[in-house]
Amino acid sequence: MSGQTLYDKLWNQHLVKQRDDGTALIYIDRHMLHEVTSPQAFEGLRLANRKPWRLDANLATTDHNVPTTLEERAQGNSGIKDPVSLIQVQTLDDNCVEYGITEFRINDPRQGIVHVVGPEQGATLPGMTVVCGDSHTATHGAFGALAHGIGTSEVEHVLATQCLLTQKMKNMQVRVEGELGLGVTAKDVVLAIIGKIGTASGTGCAIEFAGSAIESLSMEGRMTVCNMAIEAGARVGMIAVDDTTIDYIGNRPYSPTGEQWEAAVADWRNLVSDPDAKFDNVVTLQAEDIEPQVSWGTSPEMVTGISGQVPDPSAAPDETVQRSHTRALEYMGLQPNQKITDIKLDKIFIGSCTNSRIEDLREAAKVAKGKKVADSIMLAMVVPGSGLVKRQAEEEGLDKIFIEAGFEWREPGCSMCLAMNADKLGAGEHCASTSNRNFEGRQGYGGRTHLVSPAMAAAAAIAGYFVDVRSLPANDATHAQEA
Amino acid sequence: MKKFERFEGVVAPLDRANVDTDLIIPKQFLKSIKRTGFGVNLFDDLRYLDEGEPGQDCSQRPLNPDFVLNQPRYQNAEVLLTRRNFGCGSSREHAPWALEDFGFKVVIAPSFADIFYNNAFKNGLLLITLSEDEVERLFNEVEAKDGYQLDIDLEQQRIITQRGEILEFEVDEFRKHCLLNGLDDIGITLQDEEAIRAFEQKHKAARPWLFRQTA
Repeated sequence: MSGQTLYDKLWNQHLVKQRDDGTALIYIDRHMLHEVTSPQAFEGLRLANRKPWRLDANLATTDHNVPTTLEERAQGNSGIKDPVSLIQVQTLDDNCVEYGITEFRINDPRQGIVHVVGPEQGATLPGMTVVCGDSHTATHGAFGALAHGIGTSEVEHVLATQCLLTQKMKNMQVRVEGELGLGVTAKDVVLAIIGKIGTASGTGCAIEFAGSAIESLSMEGRMTVCNMAIEAGARVGMIAVDDTTIDYIGNRPYSPTGEQWEAAVADWRNLVSDPDAKFDNVVTLQAEDIEPQVSWGTSPEMVTGISGQVPDPSAAPDETVQRSHTRALEYMGLQPNQKITDIKLDKIFIGSCTNSRIEDLREAAKVAKGKKVADSIMLAMVVPGSGLVKRQAEEEGLDKIFIEAGFEWREPGCSMCLAMNADKLGAGEHCASTSNRNFEGRQGYGGRTHLVSPAMAAAAAIAGYFVDVRSLPANDATHAQEA
Repeated sequence: MKKFERFEGVVAPLDRANVDTDLIIPKQFLKSIKRTGFGVNLFDDLRYLDEGEPGQDCSQRPLNPDFVLNQPRYQNAEVLLTRRNFGCGSSREHAPWALEDFGFKVVIAPSFADIFYNNAFKNGLLLITLSEDEVERLFNEVEAKDGYQLDIDLEQQRIITQRGEILEFEVDEFRKHCLLNGLDDIGITLQDEEAIRAFEQKHKAARPWLFRQTA
C-alpha cells in the first residue's frame, strides 16, 4: 500500500461515515462565521427548531461590511451608514447572542478579517478541519489543516450537525523548487502558479503546496499562497507542518498549553505527506523563473511578470480564450502588447485576507518609507487585517511611515477587496490591489483591479504606475524581502 | 425544497467562459438577510446599463439590449446554457438563489466550479455537465431556432433535444436522490446522530486540544 498524502491523513482522521453513494460525513473542528453568509443559515435553524451542535467549535466576527475610517468606527455599529449593511452586522450580533456563540464585534481589538483572526488566535490549529462560509477559507490550510469554503446551506448543516456532507477530492501537488529572488514574495508565487495552471485546473482537488521555496516562506506567506487556492479552482490548499508552523502557534489564546501542547506537537509532526504518497497530479515551478507579478485582466489567471506585456488576443490559442481576452482588455481599458510598466494607476489598496498581515504591512512600509505617494494617485489605503495586526503595526511605527507617505491608515475589515462597505473603485479607475480577485466590478462598478504583492502595490503608489520592486534602490527592495 | 420533475424549457445561451459569482450576483446584493428576491438582480452588471442598488425598483432601470436575457426570444427561459468553469469565485449561495429566483431550473456547461456546484444542488438547481462539443452543438441549435427548448429528464439522466437527439449526463446518486425527492441534507445527516456522537467522543479522547474552550 502506498503512503498517504497530507489530505488523505486529515480526511481519515475526520471521517465519521462513508456512505455507499460516494458521499461522506466529515467532522468539523472549527467553524468560522461572518455576517454575509450566515444570516440565512441561522434563519434556517430557527425555522426547523434546531440548535447548534457544539457551541465552542464556532467563532464569529464581522468583517465584510464594516466601515474602515476611524470616525465611523468610533461610533460602533451605529457608524455604519448603509442601513442594509447595518442590518447584516446587527443580525450576526443578535444571532451570536441568541445561540451563545463567541463573537469578536466591530470594535473588539480581536475583530478583523475572519481568515486573519482564526490563525492569530490559535483558533486554527494543525490537524483541524476548518470551514467558513467564504471561499478563502483555504487560507487556514497553511497550518496543515483541512480547510475549505462552504455555502450558506452548508453553514446551516455544520451548525446543526457538526459535520459536512461531502465527497473526497483528488490529490494535487504544486511544487515550487529553488530560491525566490529578492523582491519576489508569496503573492508572486501564487499568482505565477495560477498563471501557469489556470483558474480551473484545481477543480475537484485538494492542492498541497510543497517544495523548498514554499518551505522557506513564513506562516504569513504560506497563508497568502493557500488563500488563493480557490483562484486555481481548488476549495482546499494546504502546506505540511514544520517548525515554522509550530513556532507560530505557540502561546496564542486558543493554542494548547503544558502537557497537551507536547502531545499536540508530537501529533502534528505527522501532518506531512508520506514520501511514497501518490498524487493524481503534480505540477512543478522553478522559483528562479518567478518575477513580481501583475494581473492585467479580469480573471486571476490573466497575469504576467512585471517585465511582461498585455497579450494580443489575436495570438490566443483558441476562440474561447481569444474572446475572453478581447473582452478583458476592453473592460480593463488596455491595449494589446501594452507594457505592464506603462499601466497608470488611480488607487492603491493594501489589505484583504490575502495580504493584510503584519509581514505584508512591513514589506509595503519598507518600500514607502521616506517617500511620497504620487500626485496622480487619488487614494492609497492600508487596511490592516485585524485589530491586533493594527496594534502591532503601530507599535512598530508602520502607521507613521504610511501616513507620512500619504497613505490612509484604516481600521480592520475586508474593505475594498470586495467593496461591500464604502471603500470602492469608481468606473474606469485602475487599482493596484493586494487582494485576490480581479473580476469585473469586484472592487466597484466598472473598477479595474490589478493584483499584486504589498511591496509592488507600495512601489506603484509612489511611482503612479507599475514599477519593478527589484529595480528600486537596495535599501527598499532587498529589505522588503528580508522581512 | 421542491421535487425536481421532468420538464421542457426554453434555453438561454450565455456565451462566456469563467462566469464568476460576482457576475452572477454583484456584492451589493449580498447584504440581504433573506434567501429570496435575488432574481431581479441576476447578472445585474450585464443586464442593466446603470449600477444597481439593493432594494431598488428594477422595472424602471435602463436595460442592456445586447444582453441575452433581455432579448424577447429568451423570456421565461428555464435552462441556462453556458461555457466552461461556470460559477467560479466566491462561495456566495446567493448565486444559485438568484438563478433560481429568476426562474432557471437547469444550467448546462462543460464544467462548473466546485463550491457553486455544491450550493446549486442544495437549492434544487440541477447542473448538467456535457462535453465541449455537445455544448457547442447546443449553442448552434439554440441560435438557429427561436423558442428553442430542451426536455430535461433527471430520472433517466438524459436531455432530449428538439431534433430528438438524446444527450446522456452523469449525476451523483445522492444528489439525484435529494433533488428528485426534494430532501433536506440536515434531516438526512441527523439520522446518523449516534454515529456522530460516537465519533466525537473518540476524536476528543485522541486529540483533546481540538476541543479547548476559549481562553
